[in-house]
Amino acid sequence: MSTLTAPAPITKRYFTPGVIVLVILALNGIAFVLGRLFFGIGAVTNLSDQFPWGLWIGVDVAAGVALAAGGFTSAAIGHVMHREDYHVIIRTALLTAMLGYTFVAFGVMIDIGRWYYIWHPLLMWNGNSALFEVGMCVMIYMTVLYIEFLPIVTERFIGRVNLKGVFAALNQPIDSLLRLLDRTLGKTMFLFIIAGIVLSTLHQSSLGTLMIIAGPKMHPLWQTPILPLLFLLSAVAVGFPMIIFESILASRTFGLKPEMHVLSKLGTMIAPLLGVYLAFKLGDMVIRETFVYLLEPTTESIMFTIEIVAGVIVPLRMFLSPAVVRSPLWLFVASSLVILGVLLNRINNFIVAYTPPFATASYFPSFGEISVTVGFAALLVLIYRVCVKVFPVISLEQGHVRPVTKYSIRGSAK
Amino acid sequence: METRRTFLRTALATAATATLGESALGATSRIPSPDRTGVLIDLTACIGCRSCEKACSKAHNLPTLASPPQADANSSLPRRRPDAHALTVVNEFKEANGSRPSTFVKVQCMHCDYPACESACIVGAIKKQESGPVLWDSDMCIGCRYCMVACPFQIPSFQYDTALKPDIVKCDMCINRTKDSGIPACVEICPVEALTYGRRSTLIEVAKKKIENYPERYRNHLYGELEAGGTSVLYLANADFNDLKFPALRRDPMPGTVESIQHGIFAYFVPPLSLYSILGGLMWINKNSKKKSEEETIE
Repeated sequence: MSTLTAPAPITKRYFTPGVIVLVILALNGIAFVLGRLFFGIGAVTNLSDQFPWGLWIGVDVAAGVALAAGGFTSAAIGHVMHREDYHVIIRTALLTAMLGYTFVAFGVMIDIGRWYYIWHPLLMWNGNSALFEVGMCVMIYMTVLYIEFLPIVTERFIGRVNLKGVFAALNQPIDSLLRLLDRTLGKTMFLFIIAGIVLSTLHQSSLGTLMIIAGPKMHPLWQTPILPLLFLLSAVAVGFPMIIFESILASRTFGLKPEMHVLSKLGTMIAPLLGVYLAFKLGDMVIRETFVYLLEPTTESIMFTIEIVAGVIVPLRMFLSPAVVRSPLWLFVASSLVILGVLLNRINNFIVAYTPPFATASYFPSFGEISVTVGFAALLVLIYRVCVKVFPVISLEQGHVRPVTKYSIRGSAK
Repeated sequence: METRRTFLRTALATAATATLGESALGATSRIPSPDRTGVLIDLTACIGCRSCEKACSKAHNLPTLASPPQADANSSLPRRRPDAHALTVVNEFKEANGSRPSTFVKVQCMHCDYPACESACIVGAIKKQESGPVLWDSDMCIGCRYCMVACPFQIPSFQYDTALKPDIVKCDMCINRTKDSGIPACVEICPVEALTYGRRSTLIEVAKKKIENYPERYRNHLYGELEAGGTSVLYLANADFNDLKFPALRRDPMPGTVESIQHGIFAYFVPPLSLYSILGGLMWINKNSKKKSEEETIE
């Protein structure tokens, strides 16, 4: 067992040229968010009565939720299957999921017309609505993710609470509170971990249910009653690629060695998951005989082909090759393809496939919409960097043999 | 025929409700009130004067715009759609060969019996009333615009230019007038009585009789009688409804598929809770087997 690695705060400096670019992108996005808040959605977006949902719902929300799937897939393998060798990636996956869902919430907030009523679904229920289910599950799951992250906070600050001046009196109570939290969570965390997985399967699939009600307004290449299943399978398939992508990227920017012994093992599991997804996707196409639409050279057929070939079939073949799985570069490329494939799938489902009956022009996101989406992504990375500097998230090689602490398995059984 | 169908549906739905309980069924199982009202629009009578547009705007305190150009007298102009400033619009459809006079089509909310918007609404702000209209509640709406995605007729409109408290805007069948036993403004103003307001079942009888008595004047198709499970607004025309750009919809209610999926996944929370227990069991087994193997290695 590799007890030589343990999560620890990163000590590398925060600002690099790349980070400064991210700051500029984030500020640009925030400017357009302010524009939306002060002048309305119409002032910033290309949305219309014909196209009520656009980039923000398709990418920030739908793709955002799918790409945060690393959180529940890693919890399933690390905690439910109890494979301790995967614990080095659980914390990073958890942090990514937590921040991912936070930004999904931001995305929803700016997209809905009355953002200050975002709490309404908590009190006003409509059990028939797929969106209601998505909304509730996302809200609860986000809370669960923050709870799952709490032990990392207690680990960082127990015995180290050191407020200065007038706040010094609070040091003792805060420390006791952290210790109490740690004790309680240590015993109950498995409840939250399982809840997180159940909630994820529910809303990942219900995101697919969302567009079914659009009926004939959605292109037949994507409109199918098994959309919820396809959304769930693709989310499960993109979970590990997302962890690999993020892990290799993080180790590169922080100058660490990628955890290849774990990442390669994750890599070998992706091909079967993609295979199942592909089988259902193609099977559905054959049963509903929608392949006829592929013969027409339309935007829809081209986008569908790219989504399937570049986003599923090519990476599926790549992950079957041992050489790809062993090489950090190729593993990164193949994972990126899966991520792009799922991103494209969500864009296709929510934007490309949506063909309203009376549209006189087609929809393309405005500069403002793109700015906000890019800005939110940049902000997410910036906050991620802060978190890994403050909290013990990324596993580092320790100079000495570290005793296996009770925190090594986040909250689950010891 | 209609009453027998209604009766059968009532009986089936009651039986289903009795066995499964209300919560397991979607809005599609609800039986619409037999007394619900509607509007019959006879497109063969409409002369395209568009006084209904003005009367509607006045009744809803919307700005009555200086008449926009007759949209489709000239086919190069795009067809108008109801929007945040106009709840109903009339478009002209010219006969290609000029053999017949133009058809003018009034467009507004269809007030479906099983509205997709109602089923979709995240907070239940849109409700089909017993009296017929599908109404939107401003106090609940969060502005997510899912109703616009769901509506097969692409009717709900959104105030994109309003920063604070934008509304969803659509025809309300003049609920403020009808609740005091008035009739909708468009129906009242129509100089040729192309519009008839009344009990939906009576309107269907009237329409059927019209088709029967004047087969050369009407196509044998009462649009809205069966489309999407039935709508409160019904249309009679001389032309094919596809040519008049009416969406070709199947007879089953739009929310049917989604609601059966949703209620299947959440049947009394059994599937989620089963998944929870299975995962919990797996976790416990894996943890114990790991412990056991560790103990064995120590021994």
